[in-house]
Amino acid sequence: MAVLQMQRISICALKKNRKAILEKLQSMGVMEVSQFLEEDEDFRRMDTANARSSFEKAAASVDRALDILQIYAPEKKSMLSSLAGKELVDQKRYQQIIGDKETLLRTANQIQSLDRERAEQKSEILKLENSIESLKPWLPLEVPMDYEGTTHTEMLLGTMPGECSLEQIYSAIAEKAPEAQGYEAHIVSAGQEGTYLTVFCLREEARQVEEALRSRGFARPSQILQQVPAAARSEMESEINSRELKIEEIEQQLAGLGVSRESLKLLADYYRVRADKYEVLGTLPQSERTFFISGYVPEKYTDKLKSALEGRYDCVVDVEKLKEDEEAPVLLQNNSFSESAEGILESYGLPAKGEVDPTAIMSVFYVFLFGLMLSDAAYGAIVSIACGAALKKFPRMEAGMKKSLKLFFWCGLSTLFWGVMFGGYFGDVVNVVSRTFFGNQVEIPALWFIPLNDPMKLLIYSMLFGLIHLFTGLGIKGYMCIKDNRYLDFFCDVVLWFLFLIGLIIMFLPTDIFASVAGVKIVFPEFVNFLGKAFAIIGVVGILLMSGRENKNFGLRIALGAYDLYNVTGWLSDVLSYSRLLALGLATGVIAQVVNQMGSMAGNGIFGVILFIVVFIVGHTLNLAINLLGAYVHTNRLQYVEFFGKFYEGGGRMFNPFKENTKYADIKED
Amino acid sequence: MILESLGIVYALLGAACAVFLAGAGSALGVGIAGQAASGVVSEDPSKFAKVLIMQLLPGTQGIYGLLVGFITLSKIGIIGGGAVEISPSTGLLILAACLPIGIVGLISGKSQGKTAAASIGIVAKKPDQFGKAMLFPAMVETYAILALLISILAVSGIQV
Repeated sequence: MAVLQMQRISICALKKNRKAILEKLQSMGVMEVSQFLEEDEDFRRMDTANARSSFEKAAASVDRALDILQIYAPEKKSMLSSLAGKELVDQKRYQQIIGDKETLLRTANQIQSLDRERAEQKSEILKLENSIESLKPWLPLEVPMDYEGTTHTEMLLGTMPGECSLEQIYSAIAEKAPEAQGYEAHIVSAGQEGTYLTVFCLREEARQVEEALRSRGFARPSQILQQVPAAARSEMESEINSRELKIEEIEQQLAGLGVSRESLKLLADYYRVRADKYEVLGTLPQSERTFFISGYVPEKYTDKLKSALEGRYDCVVDVEKLKEDEEAPVLLQNNSFSESAEGILESYGLPAKGEVDPTAIMSVFYVFLFGLMLSDAAYGAIVSIACGAALKKFPRMEAGMKKSLKLFFWCGLSTLFWGVMFGGYFGDVVNVVSRTFFGNQVEIPALWFIPLNDPMKLLIYSMLFGLIHLFTGLGIKGYMCIKDNRYLDFFCDVVLWFLFLIGLIIMFLPTDIFASVAGVKIVFPEFVNFLGKAFAIIGVVGILLMSGRENKNFGLRIALGAYDLYNVTGWLSDVLSYSRLLALGLATGVIAQVVNQMGSMAGNGIFGVILFIVVFIVGHTLNLAINLLGAYVHTNRLQYVEFFGKFYEGGGRMFNPFKENTKYADIKED
Repeated sequence: MILESLGIVYALLGAACAVFLAGAGSALGVGIAGQAASGVVSEDPSKFAKVLIMQLLPGTQGIYGLLVGFITLSKIGIIGGGAVEISPSTGLLILAACLPIGIVGLISGKSQGKTAAASIGIVAKKPDQFGKAMLFPAMVETYAILALLISILAVSGIQV
C-alpha cells in the first residue's frame, strides 16, 4: 500500500569478479543501475558498443529464424496462448543448450539462407511464367524465332497493332513498297492486343518490305528465342517443375528444422541477456584492477543483496539513504487485491516524489463503481468466471496481464453483487422466458430496487457515491499535507473546503428542489441548519481570505480567493459527472431487455425457441462487450479526472531494474 | 379531429428522433475514428485491439439513443402491450423529452469521433499512453451522458 523506499547501493569490487558480480546482479533483478561517478584519470569506462551490438544482431537474427520457422513449421497455438506467458526452463537444460550455441547459431543461419534460397527460386519461377505468357501468341510458329531464312529469302517476324487480316497486310506492302516482287505473309495468331505474323520475302527486298510494314505499326518482338516456341515452352515448364520440387524440398528441410525451435528461443534470450549485460558494463567506471557500480535498490532487498555479494567476492557494498533532491524510481507494493489496480494507476502516472500511492483506496472505488455501471448479475458472473479460469489455467501469465485479469475478476464479482441488488439477470430474461415459453411470469425480485422503475433514486445514490469518492480524494490531499508538515495548507486547502461544501450540502438538503427530485422531504433540526450556514460562511470567508495567501498584495489576494471560490462550480460538475453511473447502468439493463424482447417476438414453438437462442447469444455477447468497454472507460475517467483531480498529479519514473529481460522463457534459479 | 389523434404520432416521432439522430452521430463518429484506426493498423497490425477500443468509443451515443427510444416505446405502449390513448400535448411533451439525447448525441458523436481519431494518433506513436489517450474522447461523452440523463428523467417523469 505504498511506494517502496529506495536506497542507493554502491559496490566497489575487483575486476576479476566483474563477470560473476554482474551476472549475480542481473539474475537477482532488484537493482536499477544509475552511476554517479564521472570519468577521470583513474576510472575509465569501457567501450562495449561493438560487443553489445553484435549480441543484439545475433538475437535479432535468431528471432528472424524463429519467425521463418513459424511459417514452415507452425507451432500450434490456441487463441488463448498469448495469455500463457513465458515458459520456465531448468538451469541445467539451459546451460546444456547454450553450451552448444555455435551449432545453434549455424542452424539459425541455415534457416535464413534456406528461406532466401526459396525466395530466389520463387522469383525465378515467376520470371519463367512471365516468359511463357509472352510466348503464348507465338506457339503455332513451327520454326525457331530467330530463323535466318534460306539463301534467297528472309523471315520478318513481328507484331502489328490490333487485329488485322492478310489482305490488309498485303495491301500495306503493295502500297508502300510497290516495287517488291516476292513476299508471303502468314498470321501466326491474332487477337485484340495485336496480330503476330511472319512475312517471307526476297533477301534484297527485305528492308523495303519491313519499312512498308513498319509504317503500319509493325514491330519486332522484344524477346527472340533461338528455339521453336512450343519446344521452348515445354523446356521452361520442366524447369518450373524442377524448381518447384526444389522449393518443396527446402520447405521440408525447414519443417524438419522445427525441432530446434525451443533451443533457438533460449539462444535468442541468451543473446538478449548478454546484450543487456554489456550495456551496463559500458557504463561502469573501471580502474586498472577494480570497478565500481551504483544504483537504486528497494530497501527490503538491500540486506539480501549485501549478503549475496559480500561473503562471496572481494568487494565493498555501501548502502546509503537517498539525498533530499534525488528522485528515486518508483516501485509499488500493495496487497493482493489492490495490486490488481496498479496497471490503472500506471497508465495515469506513477506517484511523483512526495506523493502517496493511492492504489489501495482507488482499487476499492474502482471495483465498486465498475460493478455499479455494468450491474447485471449474469454478466458479472461470466466476466468473473472467464477471468478466474484464465488465471487458473495460465499460472505463468505475464505480470501486467495477470493484474488486469485479476482486476476484472473482482469487477465481475462487484457486477454480480449490483446485479443481484438491482434484479438484473441478462436483463429480464427470467420474466421473458417464463412468460413466453411457460405461460406464467416468474420474476426474481431485486434485493434493493429496480433502477428503471425509480431512476431518480439511483441518481441520488450515484451522486452520493460520487460525493464520498470526491471527499476521499480531498481527504488524501489533507493527509499528504499533514505528512509533509504543511499544516497551513491542510487547513486552508482542505479543511475550509470541507466546511464550505458540507455547509452547502446541509443547506441544500431541506430545500424544495431536493425534495422534488428525491421524493422525500428532509427536515433538519434548527441547530443543524444553523450549523450548515455557519460552516458555509466560515468556508467562504476563509477561502476568500486564504487562497491567495502567497500574495502580498491584499487586493490580488482577495481576487485569487474569489477565483478559487469559483471552483465550487467544478465540484458541482464533478458530482454531476457521477450521473454516468445511472446512465450506464440503465443502458446495460435496457439493451438486455431489448435483446430479450426481440428474441421472444416469434412466440412459443420450435421456431420461437431457436430464434430466441440465436438472438440471446448474439445480442447478449454484443451488449456485454460494448458495456464492458463503457464501464472500463468511464470508471477510468471517474478515477483519473474526478478523483485524481482532487489530489494527485503523478509523474514518477518506473523502477526499471537490471535483470534478465527475456522474451521467450524464464530460467529457473537453482 | 385528426389533430386530436396525433398524440401518439408526436410521441413516436420523439422516439424516432432519439434513435436516428443519436445513431447518426455515432455512425459519423465511429466512421471518422475507423478511418484513422485503419491507417494505424495498416502500419502496425499489432495495435489492432487498442485502436478498435478507441474506434468504439463514439459508438455509445447510438446506444443512448436506442435506450431513450426503447423507454419511450414501452411508455406509449407500442411495444409490450396495449397502446395508450395519448393527447397531443402529452405527445409533444414526449417529443421534447427525446430531443436532448437526439441532438446532443448527433453532435457529440461526431465530435467524439474526431477526438477518438486524434487519440488513435497518440496510440500509434506512444502505445504506452493508451490510458491517457482514452480519456480525451471520454470527456466529450460526458455531455451525451448528461443529455441522456435529462431525456430519461423527462420521459419517465411524463404522466401518460
